[in-house]
Amino acid sequence: MAEIPHLLVHDHKDNVGVVVVEGLTANTDMLCCITEDNTIFRLTSKMDVPIGHKIALLDLKTGDTATKYGEDIGKIVADIAQGEHVHTHNCKTKRW
Amino acid sequence: MSVNYEGRKIMGYRRENGRVGVRNHVLILPLDDISNAACEAVANNIKGTIAIPHAYGRLQFGEDLELHFKTIIGTGANPNVAACVVIGIEPGWTQRVVDGIAATGKPVEGFSIEQNGDLKTIMNASRAAKEMVHFATELQREECDISELWISTKCGESDTTTGLGSNPTVGNMYDKLLPVGITGCFGETSEITGAEHICRRRAVNEEVGERWYKMWKAYQDEVIFAHQTDDLSDSQPTKGNIAGGLTTIEEKALGNLEKIGRTSMYKEILGPAETPNSGEGLYFMDSSSAAAECVTIMGAGGFVIHTFPTGQGNVIGHPIVPVIKITANPRTIRTMSEHIDVDVSGILRREMTIDQAGDVLIEMICRTANGRNTAAEALGHREFSMTKLYRSA
Repeated sequence: MAEIPHLLVHDHKDNVGVVVVEGLTANTDMLCCITEDNTIFRLTSKMDVPIGHKIALLDLKTGDTATKYGEDIGKIVADIAQGEHVHTHNCKTKRW
Repeated sequence: MSVNYEGRKIMGYRRENGRVGVRNHVLILPLDDISNAACEAVANNIKGTIAIPHAYGRLQFGEDLELHFKTIIGTGANPNVAACVVIGIEPGWTQRVVDGIAATGKPVEGFSIEQNGDLKTIMNASRAAKEMVHFATELQREECDISELWISTKCGESDTTTGLGSNPTVGNMYDKLLPVGITGCFGETSEITGAEHICRRRAVNEEVGERWYKMWKAYQDEVIFAHQTDDLSDSQPTKGNIAGGLTTIEEKALGNLEKIGRTSMYKEILGPAETPNSGEGLYFMDSSSAAAECVTIMGAGGFVIHTFPTGQGNVIGHPIVPVIKITANPRTIRTMSEHIDVDVSGILRREMTIDQAGDVLIEMICRTANGRNTAAEALGHREFSMTKLYRSA
């Protein structure tokens, strides 16, 4: 892959991806890669997001389930637009 | 083309009981917290020895006391230890530790402080330790099969790059080396929460999976739900995990389980610090997810090399077990490279496959087994932390 990806996604079922470059800024035309089979797509970031943090791949509503590794990783507790930062302010555990 | 590790050799120390060690320590082991000073004095007197001070050992009882003995005896019995001096405040429990370690056949002597005082104890123990150094330094490494290695794993200061890169690297190593015949171990009971349905299925059969699930559920009920005051945010995931982008325990757990790869199945469940006794293969040890506590009880279980994937940069080491650090996070490589043994950040750039990363890790395991000091060893990290089940009497 000549161009280095900005965002990695584990599974085709996922609705969030992980920023894997430092200093990602809003309005970046991100190269995204689904690691399961190296499928490539593009998505525009809507915020500055630190390396390791997640970005919504589509619009998420309060009450939705966040999916990563093709599995349930928690509940969405505030509406999130595609390209926005997903973290503890808008996503919570369903466990403890 | 995949590398075949069948018949691969490493240079290790074959101990009296047949186990293979990769280090050759003379250990000065305190039974209890109040014997730390004497042990450290002996280690200062006699070059080439190492003392491992710790916090407990008095007025423990029941299962908690048994775990203390298992941890102390198991550490002395570890094949990375050539010989061992034990010092305790009184002779009874000291002798119990000596007898436990002596079962391996290695040289071990006990000393107790009551009716002797620190100074006389230090003199006598120093003389014994000096003889042990002469003994240990004449031992030679010999060719051993890679299958004789016992390799444990636990990740720390994890972030989302851990689940993308460093943990799958360890998983790939297990998928390649467990079929060759190594003994492996993973654990971190609380940190499987959110992936317990997957972990249950990764047992060799339903009966083992069911016992694993009951053990995991008991921890939830008896520890988490009995003691929690909130949703454990900032504890599990930790503040470091959250800074690194991990949001929930479910997300952390799914990344955690990447350490057992795609095909590896665990054959049995070990209690904390328990030594496997049913041969080669992968084991789950019921353990804390706190790095030093977990590595300590896995070392006490007899594991001689620990593979430690990290995202944000955990700096842990262990007194006698080399801890190999692996990271995929390019920022951690940039800011904390002195702590990292294996850089797999190429996985995030899609320049390196998981299969290639697994081979790089196995090469580092062989080099470490042959004698290469890890980053943690070079930096003097010797964390040794007891797991405590409840308050002492």
